[in-house]
Amino acid sequence: MERVPVLKIGDILLVSIQIDMSDQTALALQEDLAERIVEIGAHGVVIDITALDIVDSFVGRMLSTIASISKVLDAETVVVGMRPAVAITLVELGLSLNGIRTALNVERGMKLIAASRENDLGHDEEVKDPEPGQAATSA
Amino acid sequence: MTAGVDLSPKAQAIGSDEDVVRVRQLVRTVAVAVKLSLVDQTKLVTAASELARNTLIYGGGGNAEVTVVDDGRRRGVRIVFADSGPGIPDLDLALTDGYTTGGGLGLGLSGARRLVDEFIVETAAGKGTRVTVTKWSR
Ligand SMILES: Nc1ncnc2c1ncn2[C@@H]1O[C@H](COP(=O)(O)OP(=O)(O)OP(=O)(O)O)[C@@H](O)[C@H]1O
Ligand SMILES: [Mg+2]
Repeated sequence: MERVPVLKIGDILLVSIQIDMSDQTALALQEDLAERIVEIGAHGVVIDITALDIVDSFVGRMLSTIASISKVLDAETVVVGMRPAVAITLVELGLSLNGIRTALNVERGMKLIAASRENDLGHDEEVKDPEPGQAATSA
Repeated sequence: MTAGVDLSPKAQAIGSDEDVVRVRQLVRTVAVAVKLSLVDQTKLVTAASELARNTLIYGGGGNAEVTVVDDGRRRGVRIVFADSGPGIPDLDLALTDGYTTGGGLGLGLSGARRLVDEFIVETAAGKGTRVTVTKWSR
């Protein structure tokens, strides 16, 4: 069985799918990613599907599952490079990639993850250290 | 005009998930040879992927036959997926979005029907299932 390589760029994992994956290969990728997210404490996963000329229900479900798994493991998944013909076909197939963030290309995907990371951190700090007095005034 | 392009019928056995990949590749090659548009190629290959997987998983394996058809005005690609599995007891139900007996999304059969121009299912309990799909060039 062929395997899809998973690259590490800082604390982001990058997967560029270059082959027509068998179902087994797709499932293996899903498991590899879950392990690598934990192993390196990844904050984001970018899946580049530029080279895929179709996404069927199996691969669509794999993308959704990876997004869900990574969310549970405190990482964000962004799917990049979906071809227009693939997007049209997915809609007609009836597959809604709910919960999946998308971006035009790898660069924008990485930026999206960095930006939402900063937002999260900023938000966390606000919640962690509220000025007791201020909280009372604004209530 | 089409010298060098082989348009004879082609068959692919479906016995493993690697064979599902081969069906996709075969259908794409023929769809390109018949000059379907890029979107139509994508739709047909996606439908073929769904149906080949059903043949493998529910039909217990079978085969796909891809032929070029011509109605005098335009050409198209016809694919017949055949298995000798259990058949589909309630076809209307199986064609409902979201219906699955296998823990899938239940979109394969109903979605494939939307992606092609002609869609025929022949099925008999205990005998098997035959799904014929056709996509015409525009
Ligand atoms: N060749 C077949 N032989 C027997 N039963 C079939 C066959 N193809 C489909 N079915 C039945 O029809 C149901 C619906 O098929 P469909 O492809 O729409 O959904 P699925 O395969 O369950 O999920 P998905 O394709 O979305 O992953 C299947 O769950 C199965 O019960
Ligand atoms: Mg199916």
